Amino acid sequence: MRHENIEVNSGLMILLILTVISIGGLVEVVPLFYLNDTIEKVDGVRPYTPLELRGRDIYVREGCYLCHSQQIRPFRDEWLRYGHYSLAAESQYDHPFQWGSKRTGPDLARVGKKYSNEWHVQHLVAPRSVVPQSIMPNYPWLLERDLDFSDITERLKALRKTGVPYSLTEEEYKANVAAYGKEMADWLDINQAQDSLFAQARNDYDGLPNRITEMEALVAYLQVLGTMVDFSQYDEGYFVEFR
Amino acid sequence: MSESTTKQQAAVQTTGHAWDGDLQEFNNPLPRWWLWSFYVTAVIAVIYWFIYPSWPVGRGWLEGFATITYQVDGKAEESRWNTRAKLLHDLTESHAAQRQREFMGKVAEADFSTISNDPDMLAFIRSVGKGLFGDNCAACHGRGGQGVVGLYPNLADDDWLWGGSLENIQNVITNGRQGFMPAFKETFDPQQLDDVAEYVLSLSGEAPDSIAVERGKALFQGFGGGCYYCHGMDGKGLPSQGAANLTDKIWTIADVDGQKTLEEKKAVVKKLIFNGVQNMRKMPTWKGRLSPTEIKVLAVYVHQLGGGQ
Repeated sequence: MRHENIEVNSGLMILLILTVISIGGLVEVVPLFYLNDTIEKVDGVRPYTPLELRGRDIYVREGCYLCHSQQIRPFRDEWLRYGHYSLAAESQYDHPFQWGSKRTGPDLARVGKKYSNEWHVQHLVAPRSVVPQSIMPNYPWLLERDLDFSDITERLKALRKTGVPYSLTEEEYKANVAAYGKEMADWLDINQAQDSLFAQARNDYDGLPNRITEMEALVAYLQVLGTMVDFSQYDEGYFVEFR
Repeated sequence: MSESTTKQQAAVQTTGHAWDGDLQEFNNPLPRWWLWSFYVTAVIAVIYWFIYPSWPVGRGWLEGFATITYQVDGKAEESRWNTRAKLLHDLTESHAAQRQREFMGKVAEADFSTISNDPDMLAFIRSVGKGLFGDNCAACHGRGGQGVVGLYPNLADDDWLWGGSLENIQNVITNGRQGFMPAFKETFDPQQLDDVAEYVLSLSGEAPDSIAVERGKALFQGFGGGCYYCHGMDGKGLPSQGAANLTDKIWTIADVDGQKTLEEKKAVVKKLIFNGVQNMRKMPTWKGRLSPTEIKVLAVYVHQLGGGQ
């Protein structure tokens, strides 16, 4: 094909440009879908419960990911500050994942259980009341607005279609009981979604026992981040094998 | 195009393309050294394919010939090179990690009096302790340990709820603490509440002597209120109970300093006595989350923030 033929035919040129620039992306991304060891085999990683999932939706809605990443990279400084590096397995049920690459605030991949619920509520309503040098905006409306969970069933069904193991049929429910135990399997059952949301909200994450606020969901989500895998069960050499 | 520029450019080769009759494109090749550097980087890339993990092949990938060593539970292991193995190497065998381990070992073995008299060890603790404090303690107690009035105690002053010796601080970090004061809403009627608050404020000179103060004192020191069980007859507190010293003008929960008039000051003190301190002063347990040596480092670090006893 002659140079001139491409240069004078813009349709053909666009097609060829797209082909060339997609090669780099395809070579880096496509193999991850079929390589055996992309996702580490670890116990404990489960889908988010309905309350945590709504918290995650609020996290995305408020744009938390614009300043907070959720991916601890395998470097010594990050290990010392944040803890164990993130595993691919830990975000396998995240759609879309919240890895991010912009850290205006700290990484949140292992923030779960690090601070108390009361601290999170105080910090989200008025960050500078506990961290004077913080530049994070205030989110007071999280405590004022009641959580909308009217469409929780539809949200779980949509994620189920992408392969997240929320159970709809008896068979799927039994598989979840085997994988996560009965209590968690109930919480991951689409047919009991609202009940499980109410049940978990009894933990009173927002300090308002009579209400289920958006704060309730967000704090429930933050408190589970990075806590699903029990790293004391594994020899560190085990994770090296997967890369 | 003027004649002079045409002359200048005549020496430069053109690509040979011509559009619209006479529109031509100059060919300015890159300098030879630059071009060869570019070829060399391409060759180095190929060499990297053999050293480090690279192309996917089937369901696996080219693993590369490079190896790296690291330690797991004190046992040396060797594996193929990848970022995770490199991290373990950095964590266990890098120069910085080894130096840090060496000092941590010294701190682990030394007792507090040895540490306090060893400037090298103290310098190490100030440096490592700053990081540990920032990651684990600063979210509540503040980056400088200044605390938040009403929520989290100040660690930089010399007022200690649970005692300010190195051993006390180490114990509090290790085991956590639950601050507690009963609610007096059932005990005191509004008048009594007012009197006790007035007496408490008078202890630090915030309220002048009066009949109300005398009545409050009787409640404080008598069976009516029983405040002295924890705060002591003189109101100086009891570290074994985590009971605050009420005479030192340092207020950690009721924000007395933030109020202007005596009435406002009394209001915040009354509110505290009315509701007590329940489920709000919860220092978590750090044993299990931090190693005993890290806790020791933090104890010394907190102690030297300003107010260690």
